[in-house]
Amino acid sequence: MKKDIADVPTPFWRNKKVIPFLAQGIFAVIIAISLLFLFSNALDGLRQMGISLGFDFLKSSASFGISESLIDYTPESSYGTAFLVGVLNTLRVSFFGIIIASLIGLVVGISRLSNNWLVNKTASIYVEIFRNTPLLVQISIWYFAVFLPLPRIEESTRFLFSYFSNRGSAIPWFQATSGTLVWVLLFAVGVIASVIVWKLRLKKQIETGENKRPGVWAIGVVILSLVIAFLATFQAPFNITLPTVEGRSFMGGLRLSPEFLAILLGLVIYTSTYIGEIVRGGIQSVQKGQVEAAKALGLKPSTTMRLVIFPQAIRVIIPPVTSQYLNLIKNSSLAIAVGYQEVVSVGETINNQTGKAIESVTIMILVYLTFSLLTSFFMNQFNKRSQIVER
Amino acid sequence: MKRKWFGFLVVILSLSVMLMGCNNEESAEETSLLDTVKDRDLLIAGVNGELPGFSYLDSEGNYSGFDADFARAIAAAVLGDASKVEYRPLSSKERFTAVQTGEVDVLTRNTTWTLTRDTSVGLNFAPVTFYDGQGIIVPKDSGITSIEDLEGARISVESGTTTELNLADQMRKHGINYEAVVYDSQDAAVAAYESGSVDAYTTDKSGLVARKAIMKDPSAHVILDDTLSKEPLAPAVIGGDDKWFDVVKWVVNATIQAEELGITSENVDEFKDSSDPVVQRLLGTDGDLGSQLGLSDDFGYQVIKQVGNYGEIFERNLGPDTKFGLERGLNGLYTEGGLMYSPPLR
Repeated sequence: MKKDIADVPTPFWRNKKVIPFLAQGIFAVIIAISLLFLFSNALDGLRQMGISLGFDFLKSSASFGISESLIDYTPESSYGTAFLVGVLNTLRVSFFGIIIASLIGLVVGISRLSNNWLVNKTASIYVEIFRNTPLLVQISIWYFAVFLPLPRIEESTRFLFSYFSNRGSAIPWFQATSGTLVWVLLFAVGVIASVIVWKLRLKKQIETGENKRPGVWAIGVVILSLVIAFLATFQAPFNITLPTVEGRSFMGGLRLSPEFLAILLGLVIYTSTYIGEIVRGGIQSVQKGQVEAAKALGLKPSTTMRLVIFPQAIRVIIPPVTSQYLNLIKNSSLAIAVGYQEVVSVGETINNQTGKAIESVTIMILVYLTFSLLTSFFMNQFNKRSQIVER
Repeated sequence: MKRKWFGFLVVILSLSVMLMGCNNEESAEETSLLDTVKDRDLLIAGVNGELPGFSYLDSEGNYSGFDADFARAIAAAVLGDASKVEYRPLSSKERFTAVQTGEVDVLTRNTTWTLTRDTSVGLNFAPVTFYDGQGIIVPKDSGITSIEDLEGARISVESGTTTELNLADQMRKHGINYEAVVYDSQDAAVAAYESGSVDAYTTDKSGLVARKAIMKDPSAHVILDDTLSKEPLAPAVIGGDDKWFDVVKWVVNATIQAEELGITSENVDEFKDSSDPVVQRLLGTDGDLGSQLGLSDDFGYQVIKQVGNYGEIFERNLGPDTKFGLERGLNGLYTEGGLMYSPPLR
C-alpha cells in the first residue's frame, strides 16, 4: 500500500503552528528556572545564616543621626522615616540639579554655535573638560578641594550678602509672611486668567487681522492680580532674610551644607555638558532651508529661533535629554562619597545596622525606579505634545 | 491557547520543585569554610586597611597591625604558614556583606560584637581581642572639654558603625542637638575633621589614638575623657559554620593561653620539652586538640612561633613602644587586672 505524500501528517516539530510556541515556551521555562534558582539560592543562603526576610524592621527606631532633613527627624524616628528623609534628599538634589543643569546646558549648547570666538571656545573647553572626566572624581574634587578648604566659619568669605565657609554656606532667602498664602493664590489665579485672556485676544487677532496686543493684555491681568493681592494683605509677598554668623552657625538666610553643594555642583556641571551637546545637535539638525525660508518671509532672527528652529529642534532634544535627567537622578547616589545622605547612603546605613540587605536594596531599587519612571512619563507627555501632528 | 499556557505553568512548577529539592540536598552536605581555606591554601581576611596599628599598609606595601596579626595567626594554625593571607580592605558598610557572601573567610576588622550582628546580620563572633570604648576628638583650641560642650556641633562619623548609633544614644541622653555627617570611609571622615568643616570626629578610642598619631599636627588635637560606649572588638565569621567558627575561636584563645603560660615566639621551642600537660596540649606535643578542630595537632605551636602570643601581638602593634603608646588596661590578662581570659584548652 502506497501512501499519498499529502496524507502524511506533519510531525509537530516541523509544524509551523507549533514551533513558535514551543520555542517561546522553552525560553520562558529557562528564564523562570533561572529566576527561581537565584531566588531559592538567596533564600537558602539566608536560612543558613539564620536571617529572616520581612519589612517589620521599618517600624522600629533608627537610632542614628542624619545631618540634613527636610522633615522632622531624630534618632528616635523609625527606619521608615529615615528612608523617607533619604528619598526627600535625593529628590531635593535631583530636582534642583535637573533645573540648573537644563539652564546651563541650554546656554552652553547655544554658545557652542556662537560666531563669537571667545564664547564658542569657552563653551567647547567647558564641555570637553567636564564631559571627559569621571563624575565621582569631579564630586570628590568639589568637596575635598573646593568646599573643605574654604575658611572656617569665623572667617567666612562674604560676597553679595552671602557667606561661604567650610561648615556650609548661607545665602539670602525668602521668608514667608502671614500674607504669603494670599499672594500665591491670587498670583496663581492671575496667571490662569492671563492665559485665558491671551488666548481670547489671539483668537480675535487672527479673526479680525488687527493687532489686539495679546501679550500686553496678559501681563496686565497678572499685574492686576498682584495689585489686588497687595490691597488685600497690605504686606509684601515675602520678607528676605539675610544670613549672619552667630558663634559657629548661621542664623537667617538659607543654609547649604558643603556636602549638598558638592554633590549638586558635581551633578549640574557634569550633566549640563551632555545637555549642551544635545541642544547643539538638536539645533543643528534643523535644516538650513528652514532658516532661509524664515528669512525670505521676513521673520526677525529672534522670531526665527523661537517659532521656526526651536519647535523643530525640541523634537530631537527631548528624548536624549530625558535620558540625561534619568542619569542625573541615578548619579545622585554618588553623594555617599561626600557624606550627603540621600536614599542610598541612608539605605546602606540601615542595611548595615539591621542586616536587612535584601529589603534595603529592594526599597532603593523601587525608589529609583519610581523616580525614573515618573520623570520618563512626564517627559514622554511633553515629547508627544512637541511632535509633528500628522494630518 | 489557555491550555497551552497552563501546560507551561505545570512544567515550570514541577521543574522548580525539583530544583528546590536538590538545593536542600546540597545544603545538607555543605562544606565548611575550613575545607575551602585548606583547598585554596590561602586565607582571605577582611581588614580595615585605613587604621594604623590595627591594619594599615606599611612602607613595604604589606598590611601590618593588630587585626592583621590575628589573620596571620589563623593562617598559621590552618595552613601552617602565617604569610598565606590575602587581605581585603573593607569599609565599615561593606564588611558584613563581604562575610555573608563568602568574599572573605574571616573579618578581622576592629568590629564591635553586638546582639544584632550575631542575629539579624548573621555573624558569629570569636572571643574579644580588644576591649575598646568610643571617644571623641576635638581641636585643642576649640574650648570643648566635655560632651556637654558639643551643643550644635557637626560631628563626623563612619557609616554603618556602632559609633554612629552610640553617638545618637549619648546625645539623646544628654539632650544635645548635633549634626551627624556620615562618610563611608574613615579617610574622608578624618579629612573633613582636619579641615575644620566638622567640629569633632568620633570613633573607638584606639582608632582616635591611631588617627591622631598621623595627623598633620597631633598636638593640636585632644581626645575627650568621656567614653561613650563599650566596644568589644572581635574577629567574626559567617553564622552557621560551626567548624570554622570553632577554629577562629580557639586560635584567639590559644594566643591568650600562651601569654598566660609565658610562652612567647622566642621561647616556644624550649617549652616543647615541657612536662606541664597544659603546655603540652597547647603546643600539640600531647593530646589531639588540633585534630578535634580539624587542624594539625601543633596548631598552637605554629601560631605562637610565627605570630606570637596575645601580649606580643599587642605590644608589637599598639604597646608603649609604638607611636600609639597604649597601655594594656582592660586588655591585660585576668591575672593582671584585665579581661583577657582563655577557657581551658583540653
